Amino acid sequence: MSIAVTSHSGPAAAPPPEPPTPPVNYLNVSHTIWSWLFTVDHKRIGILYLVSISIFFVAGGAAAGIVRLNLLQPDGAIVSEDAYNRAFTAHGVLMLFFFLIPAVPAVFGNFFIPMMIGTKDLAFPKLNIASWYVFMIGAVCAVWAVLAGGIDTGWTLYPPYSTRASQSNVIPGVMGAFISGFSSIMTGLNIMVTVHKMRAPGMTWGRLPLFVWALYATSLIQLLATPVVAISLVLIMVERVAGIGIFDPTIGGDPVLFQHLFWFYSHPAVYIMILPGMGVISEVLTCFSRKNIFGYHAIAWSSVGIAVVGFLLWAHHMFVAGISFYAALLFSLLSMLVAVPSAIKVFNWVATLYRGSITYQAPMLFSLGFVVLFIVGGLTGLFLATLGTDIHLHDTYFVVAHFHFVMVGGMVMGYFAALHFWWPKMTGRMYSDWWSRMAAAIIIFGFFITFIPQFVMGYHGMPRRYPNYPAEFQFLNVMSTAGASILGIGYLMPAVYLTLSLFFGKRATANPWSATGLEWQCPSPPVVHNFEHMPLVVVCGPYEYALGVDQLGRGLPEPPGSQDDPAHRDGVTGPAGPMHKETEVVG
Amino acid sequence: MSASTHSPVLKHHFEDLGQQHACERLGMWMFLATEILFFGGLFGAYTVYRLWYPHEFEFASSHLNRVFATVNTMFLITSSLTMTLAIRSAKLGDKGALVRNLLITAALATAFMVVKGFEYAEDFHEHLVPGPGFSADIGKEASDKGLDPGKVQLFLCFYYVMTGIHGIHIIIGIGCILWLVWEAWRGAIPPENYSTVEVVSLYWHLVDAIWLFLMPLLYLAGAGYGAHH
Ligand code: HEM
Ligand SMILES: [Cu+2]
Repeated sequence: MSIAVTSHSGPAAAPPPEPPTPPVNYLNVSHTIWSWLFTVDHKRIGILYLVSISIFFVAGGAAAGIVRLNLLQPDGAIVSEDAYNRAFTAHGVLMLFFFLIPAVPAVFGNFFIPMMIGTKDLAFPKLNIASWYVFMIGAVCAVWAVLAGGIDTGWTLYPPYSTRASQSNVIPGVMGAFISGFSSIMTGLNIMVTVHKMRAPGMTWGRLPLFVWALYATSLIQLLATPVVAISLVLIMVERVAGIGIFDPTIGGDPVLFQHLFWFYSHPAVYIMILPGMGVISEVLTCFSRKNIFGYHAIAWSSVGIAVVGFLLWAHHMFVAGISFYAALLFSLLSMLVAVPSAIKVFNWVATLYRGSITYQAPMLFSLGFVVLFIVGGLTGLFLATLGTDIHLHDTYFVVAHFHFVMVGGMVMGYFAALHFWWPKMTGRMYSDWWSRMAAAIIIFGFFITFIPQFVMGYHGMPRRYPNYPAEFQFLNVMSTAGASILGIGYLMPAVYLTLSLFFGKRATANPWSATGLEWQCPSPPVVHNFEHMPLVVVCGPYEYALGVDQLGRGLPEPPGSQDDPAHRDGVTGPAGPMHKETEVVG
Repeated sequence: MSASTHSPVLKHHFEDLGQQHACERLGMWMFLATEILFFGGLFGAYTVYRLWYPHEFEFASSHLNRVFATVNTMFLITSSLTMTLAIRSAKLGDKGALVRNLLITAALATAFMVVKGFEYAEDFHEHLVPGPGFSADIGKEASDKGLDPGKVQLFLCFYYVMTGIHGIHIIIGIGCILWLVWEAWRGAIPPENYSTVEVVSLYWHLVDAIWLFLMPLLYLAGAGYGAHH
């Protein structure tokens, strides 16, 4: 469709007057603890997840601290070798299953998908709160496993070590991962059904924000991959309890089969961990460069492409585990293939930045950090996907650096971008601009100091998961630990200034960043049913920054701290400014 | 759908009953997809070993009780029929027939579990149990035939895990059906809300369908075993 824009100066349409802040919102509607524990409001459930995963992030971070401190000395500085194994396993399990996988889908997906598509709630509110309980039960199992002395198998749980040899608390740990998997399935299912069936009138697939597309693709993976790891974990538990099972090599079973089943989930799972971050970035980059996104359809479809192709490459984790040469060749090729949709996204983001009027608030800094670090992580993935190099690099610190660049440099940055972008909407408060920018800068700086040395060490052959190492690696290890301390401080800073903002922060307007999405049409913080007027009718694409209108076709307020002059805005169809012109609207 | 907008079964966050039912149905189909992948992991692993160790698998399979399995298959297929009839009764608003059909379905499912219980007891009695004591009789019989008793135990691992997990699904299904009986009894399933029955029936048919794969894979694999060995 097209909209005739007749404006001779200033934005195309006048911004709606700032709505009076409604006295009752989702936060103050009731105050008892029960009203939180038995809530079915997707926003409150999002907050419940936010609080819980923050705790696990701190716990996982503490375990990482033990690992890094121990590596200060070649023969182990603080803990025994056995405790070292337990520390890195606790770190992996907590960070992956209890922080990164639920991070964006369960917090921001829950909170914002209904608002972004213009509806009151997710399709299954009770399933939603059930998912949080299931998640917490899984977490209790995992924490129990850690407190009872820990698990020493690594998060990958390979048999026969995990089924026969390990003397640690494998069963409760595996139970924790198994149970929390169901909460992941529930969230994914809820989001998928909601996106399919609950969109507001006019919210066509071509007008969905890219965050929704990204979470849709993520949900597809959660739905189809998680059950496979669930059954693999059941088989591990059965084998450990019964002393006999299908991966048992003494009766002709094949431990490598477990690796296949495990990675059939866990490779796609890395996309569960990155796609939502990519969705966040698409929102934030456009908003803070005041431009229509470049290549909307390419970004949307590349999310789906990653989800589909991501299912076909699992065995690249097993190049040296004894798979056949031809299989390795095929999986190597397919792994290269998945870099294509990832690169498509990066190119489109960069093109979006090009000639934008960029401002550098915290969400934008985190997003730019994401783009840079993800490029490094993705490119080093290609080194690993190459058969010849992977023989050398497999199970070294190079792999550790690779996946931390994507998971921490990518997804955790995306998570912080989301937190800073949507915090005013979720809480109704603005946080300190200066401190948040400082935090972003410190995190990015600390990240480089921590992980660049690991590429070098890994390349020179330092194996991962070893408590000790040759003395020549000490300098780089000390550097990495120093960087980790900076990183730790950077991560603690938001905890402080965000908490302070709840009490002392300036009240947020409904649309503090002058963004186009429907979620900014709700008051800050939103009312219980999100929108004060239902149903909404969506008339525009998601990123009409060039026209300066939101998805309801209303004008945007002045963006904060920018020299944004509508006369200089670039849209996909060229400058949209004071000239009278006909502009194509996406969708 | 404006007529149904104020229906008491309409949940607050849906626009109308049409949307509510569409969500419920799609949600269940997606859940079934996860179930298929859950069992798919097992079927995949079974396929690998069956290709590697065909003789041991046939030998082990020939020791399972096909009579029990056949009776159970009849029970489950029939229960799928009564489940479908229950949808029809719900649509027609025939509360009595709805409750009756649901109860028959639950009874057939329970009968399945009872037979399964007898079968497990018999298996234990015949020492068809993998583990340290295995090589004594069945294991020895296998060795005498030139087969590897370890791989016979592998088959039995599959047998117990697959039928065990399937049994858990049956029990969950019985729970859901009894819940429907309760809902129907207290009048919470008016005709315009028949999709609640439909959604449970989808799950039930999947549980039935999975059994229809387990039956040949586990019981019929060794049906011809004696003939050519
Ligand atoms: C851009 C395309 C990517 C390619 C081609 C790629 C390739 C690979 C390869 C070949 C390995 C195995 C290395 C080895 O063990 O020898 C690997 C490991 C890993 N990758 Fe990636 N990767 C990509 C993106 C990602 C993303 C987006 C994430 C996470 C968000 C990720 C997370 C991981 C993790 C966690 C491991 C190590 C798992 C372990 O053994 O514990 N990768 N990658
Ligand atoms: Cu992978």
